[in-house]
Amino acid sequence: MSQVPADLKYTASHEWIRTLADGTLEIGITDHAQHSLGDLVFVEVPQAGRQVKAGESCAVVESVKAASDVYAPFAGEVIAGNPALADAPETVNSDCYGAGWLYRMRVAAEALAAAGLLSAAQYQKVQDAEGG
Amino acid sequence: MSHTEKVIFEYSRDGRGAHDQWPADTDPAALADLPAGLRRRELPQLPQVSELEAVRHFTRLSQLNFSIDTHFYPLGSCTMKYNPRACNQYAMLPQFLARHPLAPEASGQGFLACLFELQEMLKEVTGMRGVALSPMAGAQGEFAGVAMIRAYHRARGDGERNEIIVPEAAHGTNPATATMCGCVVREIPVDAAGDVDLAALQAVVGPRTAGIMLTNPSTLGVFERRIAEVARIVHEAGGLLYYDGANLNAILGKVRPGDMGFDVIHMNLHKTFSTPHGGGGPGAGAVGVGARLLPFMPIPVVGREEGGYRWLTERDLPQSIGRLSAFMGNAGVLLRAYIYMRLLGRDGMRQVGEFATLNANYLLRRLAAAGFDAAYPQRRASHEFILTLRRQARELNVTAMDFAKRLLDYGFHAPTTYFPLLVPECLLIEPTETESRETLDAFVSALSQILAEAQNEPERVRSAPHTMPVRRLDDVRAARQLDLAWKPSAQQES
Repeated sequence: MSQVPADLKYTASHEWIRTLADGTLEIGITDHAQHSLGDLVFVEVPQAGRQVKAGESCAVVESVKAASDVYAPFAGEVIAGNPALADAPETVNSDCYGAGWLYRMRVAAEALAAAGLLSAAQYQKVQDAEGG
Repeated sequence: MSHTEKVIFEYSRDGRGAHDQWPADTDPAALADLPAGLRRRELPQLPQVSELEAVRHFTRLSQLNFSIDTHFYPLGSCTMKYNPRACNQYAMLPQFLARHPLAPEASGQGFLACLFELQEMLKEVTGMRGVALSPMAGAQGEFAGVAMIRAYHRARGDGERNEIIVPEAAHGTNPATATMCGCVVREIPVDAAGDVDLAALQAVVGPRTAGIMLTNPSTLGVFERRIAEVARIVHEAGGLLYYDGANLNAILGKVRPGDMGFDVIHMNLHKTFSTPHGGGGPGAGAVGVGARLLPFMPIPVVGREEGGYRWLTERDLPQSIGRLSAFMGNAGVLLRAYIYMRLLGRDGMRQVGEFATLNANYLLRRLAAAGFDAAYPQRRASHEFILTLRRQARELNVTAMDFAKRLLDYGFHAPTTYFPLLVPECLLIEPTETESRETLDAFVSALSQILAEAQNEPERVRSAPHTMPVRRLDDVRAARQLDLAWKPSAQQES
């Protein structure tokens, strides 16, 4: 059974969102997503300063099975991509909710409210519906 | 049969060689006028083996192969059908082989006639108005198709249209093609029965819509039933419809993409029209177009006039997207496809679609009865179908990949695994029309035995294959630590 930490927010497309102490947001892919993809061999993260629209593809995770886009859950400015993943994509497999974060964003309150993020319980239902 | 074969460099011994193949000794004085920076400092490290050693090496390698000539090869979406020997025989006639691509048209009328008739037959079987044969592979055919869509909009002063809609059941190459052509991809979902979600389609079409790329039947192995409605929505929005010919085998001689409303199509001649492929290529990705895209076809195209055939070029098609290959594309492949179609005729082509579909539905029913889950049990299969082994993965901890690997031990090439991505733990199975009922039954029997093994001795399946030259390869490490060069000097040092 994949882990769904209660203190994070989620999207139906298997991203998680954490609010950091300074109000910025950290984004990664869920345990279910990394497990479905299998061992990652390449991760591309967005550059700091990039403005993204909600739903825009802004990172790529690639395993031996498939390459998948990771979508921005909301509009905003990228303030950092995780620099460690270029050399160690496997971090996303081993610690998807920690050191395997993908990128951080600064997001206006309205954009965040409009994103319709899921709670851990709601996301769990999405997973169950897909047959986990 | 030996189960290992060394790299040819490992057989190399200094001074050994085959005189016929060895490069002639070069006189350094002859190179004097080459700039020093362009001259290599050391000789290329070619293997030094006798002719017999080279023959044995490559013959042994060929014996390690799974191929359509030795094994049932139900690799979904790839249409690994039998390539009739006759096609090869006639395409290898010395008059074809020795023809120079720059030979005058007057001395190549037979060859031009074959290509012209191939164009005509492909037009007829797909319901399109024009066909260009020069794209050298499916990917290039796709590129040509989307480039024509863009050229059409630009020529109308409608250049803002740069969005290509791609349903999630489309081929993985479609978004790549759209991106290569400078378009933005808009992905839309399919519903639970595998058809395009029309509400989602309505929501994304608009003044920026350049077109939609569809495979029908889709990669889910089912026919898109509302294709006429999809065509109406996209056309009303000002976009064009692109047909990916990957699954054309299913409908050959039965339904025509042109009649479904498609404006442009690429055909994988190496799939549907039975020229060798799967590592043995090369391919051919002919494109067909409706009336609106006729002026934009890639050149050259073969035209017929009083007195004979000739190449149509920039002068005849000034709005052409241009040339995609030297000369006319992969001539030898085009000839094989031509001969295949001539051998089949109209009735034979209809039988291809019918038997391909019959074989797939027979396999699907028998495998469902044997305890496997169809991904779309409510739907009839096209020329291929999807099993999902999600239940086996969860209950037995034996995955689709384990089943695929174990099939090799039973003498079958594995089906396509983990594609399409929409269906978890899936096998995409395409038997093609050229397999006998006995072969299909043997495949069902093998999968049934593997299912029993998965229940009774799962480790045997998880650790398969057991009889192949290599076991499970570490594909993750191979992707993370690319090592593509053999280094003879490193071997000598070790």
